[in-house]
Amino acid sequence: MTASWLLDGLVAALVLGAAAWTLAAPTAVAAVVGFLGFGLLLTLAWLRLGAAEVAMAEAAIGVAATGVILLLAVVRLRGGAETVSAAMPGRGMVAAAGLLAGAVGLALALAVLALPDPAPGLAAEALARRGEAGLGNPVAAVLTGYRGLDRLLESVALVLAVLAVWSMAPDRRWGGIPGPRFPRQEDGPLALLARLLPPVGIVVGTYIAWVGSEAPGGTVQGGAILAAMWGLAWVAGIVQPPAIASRPVRLALVAGPAAFLLAGLAGMALAEGFLAWPPAFARPLILLVEAAMTLSVAAALALLVAGPPERAA
Amino acid sequence: MSGTTPGGWLLVFTLALPAGGMLAAFALGGRAAERIALAALGLGVLLAGAVAARVQAAGAPLAYLVGGRAPPLGIRLQADGIAAAMLLTASVVLLAVALFGRAAHATPPGVAEARAPFAFWTFLLALSAALAAALLGADLFNLFVALEMLTFAALSLACLDGRASQFRSELRYLFFALIGSALYLLGTALLYGAYGTLDIGLLAAHARADAPTLLAAALMTAGLLARMALFPLHLWLPPAHAGAPPAASALLSGLVVKAAFVLLLRVWVWVLPPAPAGAAAPLLAGLGAAAILVGSLVALRQERLKLLVAYSTVAQIGYLFLMLPLVLAGDAEAARRAWLGGVLQAASHAFAKAAMFLSAGLIAGAVGHDRVAALCGAGRAVPMAVIAFGLAGLSLVGIPPSGGFTAKWLLLTAAIGTGQWWWAAVILGGGLLTGGYVYRVLAGSLTVPPATAPQPEPQAPGPARVALALALVSVALGLLPFAAFGLVQIGRPGALAGAGP
Amino acid sequence: MSATLPYGVTAAALIALGLFGLVAQAAVLRKILACNLLGGGVFLLFGVVARRGATAADAVPQAIVITGLVVAFAATALAVALALRLHQITGAATIAGEPESGPRGE
Repeated sequence: MTASWLLDGLVAALVLGAAAWTLAAPTAVAAVVGFLGFGLLLTLAWLRLGAAEVAMAEAAIGVAATGVILLLAVVRLRGGAETVSAAMPGRGMVAAAGLLAGAVGLALALAVLALPDPAPGLAAEALARRGEAGLGNPVAAVLTGYRGLDRLLESVALVLAVLAVWSMAPDRRWGGIPGPRFPRQEDGPLALLARLLPPVGIVVGTYIAWVGSEAPGGTVQGGAILAAMWGLAWVAGIVQPPAIASRPVRLALVAGPAAFLLAGLAGMALAEGFLAWPPAFARPLILLVEAAMTLSVAAALALLVAGPPERAA
Repeated sequence: MSGTTPGGWLLVFTLALPAGGMLAAFALGGRAAERIALAALGLGVLLAGAVAARVQAAGAPLAYLVGGRAPPLGIRLQADGIAAAMLLTASVVLLAVALFGRAAHATPPGVAEARAPFAFWTFLLALSAALAAALLGADLFNLFVALEMLTFAALSLACLDGRASQFRSELRYLFFALIGSALYLLGTALLYGAYGTLDIGLLAAHARADAPTLLAAALMTAGLLARMALFPLHLWLPPAHAGAPPAASALLSGLVVKAAFVLLLRVWVWVLPPAPAGAAAPLLAGLGAAAILVGSLVALRQERLKLLVAYSTVAQIGYLFLMLPLVLAGDAEAARRAWLGGVLQAASHAFAKAAMFLSAGLIAGAVGHDRVAALCGAGRAVPMAVIAFGLAGLSLVGIPPSGGFTAKWLLLTAAIGTGQWWWAAVILGGGLLTGGYVYRVLAGSLTVPPATAPQPEPQAPGPARVALALALVSVALGLLPFAAFGLVQIGRPGALAGAGP
Repeated sequence: MSATLPYGVTAAALIALGLFGLVAQAAVLRKILACNLLGGGVFLLFGVVARRGATAADAVPQAIVITGLVVAFAATALAVALALRLHQITGAATIAGEPESGPRGE
């Protein structure tokens, strides 16, 4: 008991330390590196909290995908140091912000302690009823069965975010290829990594998406790993992002939400209602939708990292 | 708390139609996006009308259990009176803006797909889906996802011209929106920890006035205020709304802020127990009053037409908050009047402000600039747009007959009826100031230009007709008898005790 | 119950740090980082709520966090894209300053 207390206290302190470093780091690169460390430590905290699926999602999205986006941004956001120092808020403003933020944090900590005991929640119910949709993993059962509407909206929001990022391009770049072009790495550690890792990563990512219905895993986590593998090959100059006008890209992006929506509407005719799974063929239908969702999540995350089109196709 | 009601499937289609339309528009691209958007938004008006009619006929909210699974584990969609009324408002404004945008956002001949038109039509559908989700949602986390979708769609529409000033003001908007949604989500986490459910109906039945609940409500309120730009969190709004293309400004000012307001009402009138809500409501109304006075005074001094209209939004949002202490004062009749007044203010402002931004865009296009001091000749160049601006102004000032007048009259009488006369004074003072800035624009526009002035280019009448139609709707709302508004009371907590539909 | 206490305090502190950073930092990239710290704190609070009391972790808040992480990533991508375009056109790395109406640039 004491040992686990010590471990939790240590993880919590390290998370906070990394967060403080992210804010206080002298350079932007150091801050981003601090943030990546923060994300990795947070993954540990999620494992300690018994949330393996969240830990995977945090590692894949919160660290890997967000990290690539931030590192690319740091490299390109050079200069402007004068505008930054000119825009720094005054001492009074900083003090006020500190007081307000501290008050919010304190109130929150006290409110968390004041939460009712025993805790209300749906743990038992979600666990007991996970079998209804034929999904053994309670988190998957919640995401696919009970809170399917969240997931549908989230997948639509991803398509929307990709278009939002694309639409910031200059007019004449419309239809072109997103992101910077990376020189092809013939040798060196990056080239080696980009050749060795993707075959393994593709298998792992697909597996994680596949087992998600029974064991820790899921489409978001699997899709994010697939996207990360593609990102690695892109940065090493082995693959190029596709042109945004290409029909296969558009179809890959909408496949998941469209399949989910259509299956949901089919549920109105064949099952208990919108986003309900017809019991007779729930399993194959869920697998089909999950496969489409994995493809769309991977495509959307990769294209969000790549950014707006910058070159002619 | 009941299951799916007859007609509940309408709610699914209200959400699925624009969402599916957006996916189809994105996949097919180019000119197909415009056709899909016009068809889906047209059908959207019919669906919203059907939802309102079903709610009115049943005298009770429509509900749909998604997946056939009841809360707390499942998610519910629900249309009560306020949701149905705002849904209808949103669908009409969206369709009008789409028709207005046909001229400005047509794909140019000779290309299969162009950036701004493709994005405009697809985002219009996305905005429609996000608004439907935000108005019909009954689960606090589902509403969070809807709010984020709304932010993505709204800010992308506002950046459509690709100007540096737009990127800057929309980035500032994004930070406010992200802080706002983080605070909202924080409150959601606390409420789940306290009650083990996120369903608004279940929370309403169980909420206590303890520390986690009050802190959750305070955080969610602060978050939603940042998204609604209530004074003193208003500074991001004027550049963000004024710098956007006219069609986007109309949607941002008319609809997007209203969705956050409906959510705020869900927290204050549904989730929070009446005692603490009633005690804190004057604070919010005080901020609303400050918004009315400061926003109107700053609008009065603006040099630029679109900034003037945007500051007017800051002021008009303030009126919405006056309803809170009146609804929560514990007087059934005053609560009924104030509730209708608030909803009517939200709806009539949506129509009037959309009309104003659209006509401001047409006026600026005709005279070649948007300096308020030099609008002379606009009345001759685009008479219909100037008339639309004037009619919308009537509603904002609160001159009878107009929806804005009815709304402000109801709030005023509710304030006097509950002995809170100071809010009445704010409503009257705000009306005078509003009259001042509307007059500035109209007087300038109607000045006859010198004979030597160049003849303005003739403009196509279509877009001006759309602006005029919206302005006429905002006026016509004031011609309907009160009985026609029984709809908005349906499903309001405390409304059941009073008279029937 | 006891295991959640350090994480509950950490979540509250992260939220405070994130809010402070958003106001006290001027550079856009630092603000984006602060936003992500804030989001991390909010999600961690859901994790604490999920772990309280019951012997098994509650799957509902965990599912909510997974959805939330995806949405937060999309928001970060959007903010970075806006910041990069603003930087490309004006060279600015902050959102301070009056909006000028410059011509549409590359």
